[in-house]
Amino acid sequence: MSQTAALPATFADETSPAERVRGYWGTVGYRLRHDPVTLFFGAIVLLIVLMAIFAPLLAPFDPYKESVVLRLKPWGYRGHTLGTDELGRDLLSRLIYGARSSLLMGLVPVAIATFLGGTLGVIGGYAGRRVNAVIMRTMDVFYAFPSVLLAVAISGAMGGGMVNGMTALALVFIPAMCRVAETATAQVRSLDFIEAARATGAGTLTIVRYHVLGNVLGPVFIYASSLVSVSILLASGLSFLGLGVKPPTPDWGLMLSTLRQSIYVVPLSCALPGAAIFVTSICFNLVSDGIRSAMDVRL
Amino acid sequence: MLAYIMRRMLLAIPIAFGVSVVCFSLVYLAPGDPLSVILPADATQEMVAQIRHAYGFDRPLPVQYLFWLGHVLTGDFGMSIATRRPVILEVTGALSNTFMLTSFAVPLAFGLGYAMGALAGCFPGRAVDRLVTGAAVVGVSLPNYWLGIVLVIIFAVEFMALPATGMGPKGSAQFSLLRWSDAQYMILPVVTLALIPVGIIARTTRAAVAEVLNLDFVTTLRAKGLSEIAVIRHVLKNSAPQVLAVMGLQFGYLMGGSILIETVFTWPGSGFMLSKAIINRDIPVLQGTILFLSMIFVATNLVVDLLQSMIDPRIRRS
Amino acid sequence: MSATADQRDIGGPAQPLLIARNLAKHFAARGASKSARVRAVDDVSFTLFKGETLGIVGESGCGKSTLARLLLHLIQRDSGELIFDGEPVGAPRGITVAALRRNVQMVFQDSYSSLNPRMPVQDSVAFGPFVHGRRKSEARRAARDMLVKVGLNPDLFGPRYPHELSGGQKQRVNIARALAIEPRMVILDEAVSALDKSVEAQVLNLLRALKQQFNLTYLFISHDLNVVRYISDRVLVMYLGRVVELGPSEAIFIQPLHPYTRALLGSQPSMDPAHRIEQPPVTGDPPSPIDPPSGCRFHPRCPFAEPVCAQRSPELGAWRERDSHVAACHMLDPASGHSKAMQ
Ligand SMILES: Nc1ncnc2c1ncn2[C@@H]1O[C@H](COP(=O)(O)OP(=O)(O)OP(=O)(O)O)[C@@H](O)[C@H]1O
Ligand code: SF4
Ligand SMILES: [Mg+2]
Repeated sequence: MSQTAALPATFADETSPAERVRGYWGTVGYRLRHDPVTLFFGAIVLLIVLMAIFAPLLAPFDPYKESVVLRLKPWGYRGHTLGTDELGRDLLSRLIYGARSSLLMGLVPVAIATFLGGTLGVIGGYAGRRVNAVIMRTMDVFYAFPSVLLAVAISGAMGGGMVNGMTALALVFIPAMCRVAETATAQVRSLDFIEAARATGAGTLTIVRYHVLGNVLGPVFIYASSLVSVSILLASGLSFLGLGVKPPTPDWGLMLSTLRQSIYVVPLSCALPGAAIFVTSICFNLVSDGIRSAMDVRL
Repeated sequence: MLAYIMRRMLLAIPIAFGVSVVCFSLVYLAPGDPLSVILPADATQEMVAQIRHAYGFDRPLPVQYLFWLGHVLTGDFGMSIATRRPVILEVTGALSNTFMLTSFAVPLAFGLGYAMGALAGCFPGRAVDRLVTGAAVVGVSLPNYWLGIVLVIIFAVEFMALPATGMGPKGSAQFSLLRWSDAQYMILPVVTLALIPVGIIARTTRAAVAEVLNLDFVTTLRAKGLSEIAVIRHVLKNSAPQVLAVMGLQFGYLMGGSILIETVFTWPGSGFMLSKAIINRDIPVLQGTILFLSMIFVATNLVVDLLQSMIDPRIRRS
Repeated sequence: MSATADQRDIGGPAQPLLIARNLAKHFAARGASKSARVRAVDDVSFTLFKGETLGIVGESGCGKSTLARLLLHLIQRDSGELIFDGEPVGAPRGITVAALRRNVQMVFQDSYSSLNPRMPVQDSVAFGPFVHGRRKSEARRAARDMLVKVGLNPDLFGPRYPHELSGGQKQRVNIARALAIEPRMVILDEAVSALDKSVEAQVLNLLRALKQQFNLTYLFISHDLNVVRYISDRVLVMYLGRVVELGPSEAIFIQPLHPYTRALLGSQPSMDPAHRIEQPPVTGDPPSPIDPPSGCRFHPRCPFAEPVCAQRSPELGAWRERDSHVAACHMLDPASGHSKAMQ
């Protein structure tokens, strides 16, 4: 027996096929790099982001400069490639600047909701039954509102403005985020390796930090990426209703609502801000789909 | 079954309670003291005193909630700041107009979505299938109110085939579906409202149908020599619960979407009223409308759940 | 680290390493009526001596894993007492749960799900030392040493993720993880059950070698009697949350006392016809641990059951010394009134 027990001297299974060790994130990155559709739309998203950042360099005119004589001019009028709006401001410049508030309103609420909702969800999923019930039943209440309605209710009551709009949107996304994180955490929590970690003598915080988060971050991130386009849409809707971004800040939703009054004069210009919202949102959506399928690695 | 219905209805009570608390707190979210929020700026001294007493504004918050709930349950939602009319009258009037829109839009959206999805599911990989996948992505990325504007540009501005906004010259009170001159005002809003969820419903139906088609029992049915039509009937029946769940959700989106769509078409429904209330900072109307709409949503979810459990007994047990 | 130099040995070699007294754990039965309880572990007592391997056998669902979890305080016991090297566990004057877990480690039943899928296996192994206060680099080094000791090349296998390893390799990692914090006792819950026969033999031999090298005490849980016989010094047989027989390995396999043990051995394809016992294999499904049968829990399936068996619960005979062989059956108790009772 002691003869056979001397195994460690030679490594067992050394001959087994050595796969390339890439790790989870390595695999995800590899898949993304080989997904032309996602790469393409990701590039557009990047362009939109760059456009927002370098708006002052790109915009041909000052987006705030009004002019009584230049009101509602057609495309190409005196260097105004896309014409002017009802206050005589250059439409192209306003469209370029409009990317700023759209991206901000798309990303900030999602980031807040991911942090707060994710934290609540991990607590709810890992803590005992009572804490879980308190958190999740509260979330259920917010879930009982259609998202647009809740966003309108909260920002409608608080009044317009970008900060109020972002707060309202974050509040709308927190419950959904919380659910995603809670489900993922509860799933991980029931797996043996958590019990194994407990058996090692690790405390709750250490286990959450090293064993739970790594497994929860994936689904949370996937969901967050899909929320960005929802957030952009909802934010532009709020601005359209007179909530969210306040005039004279250039914002696609706001532009849509003011240009709409001149629909018979400049119908094409009137549709442009909406097209910008649509393109941005669909690109984020497709990128998010790409990330989702890239991250769907069976382990 | 009856026990399940009872239990499910009991479960809806805490949700309804929570929803009412959220609606109640809207007044406190608004900047300024709640009295000034729900009263017109030119309210008389007696009015202020009377409302303060009636709503218990000098009492602790839970008591205020109970006072408010008491008023709401007896149909008193306060008074509109803009029109000085009771909120309940405003809301119910507007709701009937919204209901008119949704009662056309919902069957249209669900029917179209379901048909497309079922077709795509039965012919995976074909053109219908790709159409559905595309429509779903477009549907979730499209600002629905912009779609309304585009339709207006095409059909009202360019072709002048349909009216752009409103409910017709006679207004809401004499509106009749049977008169073309009135009914044509509904076409664009209904179509806009219906087009948004079509893609998602189709995608879900497609997924559900494709999943059921892959199950062993379908192979067994085919092996037994059942006709293809009978097989498809079976498949559709088995995929119904999932589809139903999504339809319930989409109904909520439709309701939320109606806020923006009605604003675009100045259709005097609850959504349009909400956006007017926002502009006028008419918090009582805002609160009343939100409460009504969200309660309708809670009730719809309940109905969807019950329907689902009727079709699929497995749900009852979990 | 040899047997004589172990600083942690408090009571000397004669003092049992672990004593379990009347351990019980009942779960609320889901789905059934509110009052129904799953008596997963019910009044279990045994003693584990330093340096031995105690095998625990029993059908699926008899409470083996629950017992293992109780011993590590992964679940709270409802009643009973646990004494580790003379010190009561979790009692005011005894040893803390944290200290217990420094001394006792466990290898889990499912080699796959007991490793974090998002962690390279060397980090899983290093986690224990890290938790116990070592710096990350040190813990990593300890993990790599331990991987070598379980026969895995740390350069080749350390950076891999669990899904990139075979079942045997994963179980080696799990063993390394358990040993990385240098415990004195290891609970092996079906550690080899999921492995191929040839791999199983390799891992069993590895376990024996490690036991000698690190002076370990094993609690070896399995439903495979051949494996238990191969590795155990003594064996404990469980049935529906209770201990029905306890004794030296050879004694139990050559001369089982309890009808259940005999049935178990009978249902086991024995290599040696001389040892085949003239008993039918266990018939019928095991009764549910929810509201278990009265009296002797084995009586609905026992060929020797008599009225007394349903009325009174048989005692596990007086356990005197290390090599005692005892069983809980009325037939072994002259005073029980069972007609076959030995006079
Ligand atoms: N957390 C729990 N909640 C409720 N019942 C449980 C729980 N854990 C175990 N049980 C029940 O306790 C009984 C014993 O389970 P246990 O896992 O200890 O059995 P086992 O002997 O390890 O079986 P196996 O050989 O299949 O691993 C089973 O009936 C099981 O259903
Ligand atoms: S006590 Fe009775 S039922 Fe139990 S094992 Fe012995 S003889 Fe069988
Ligand atoms: Mg087990």
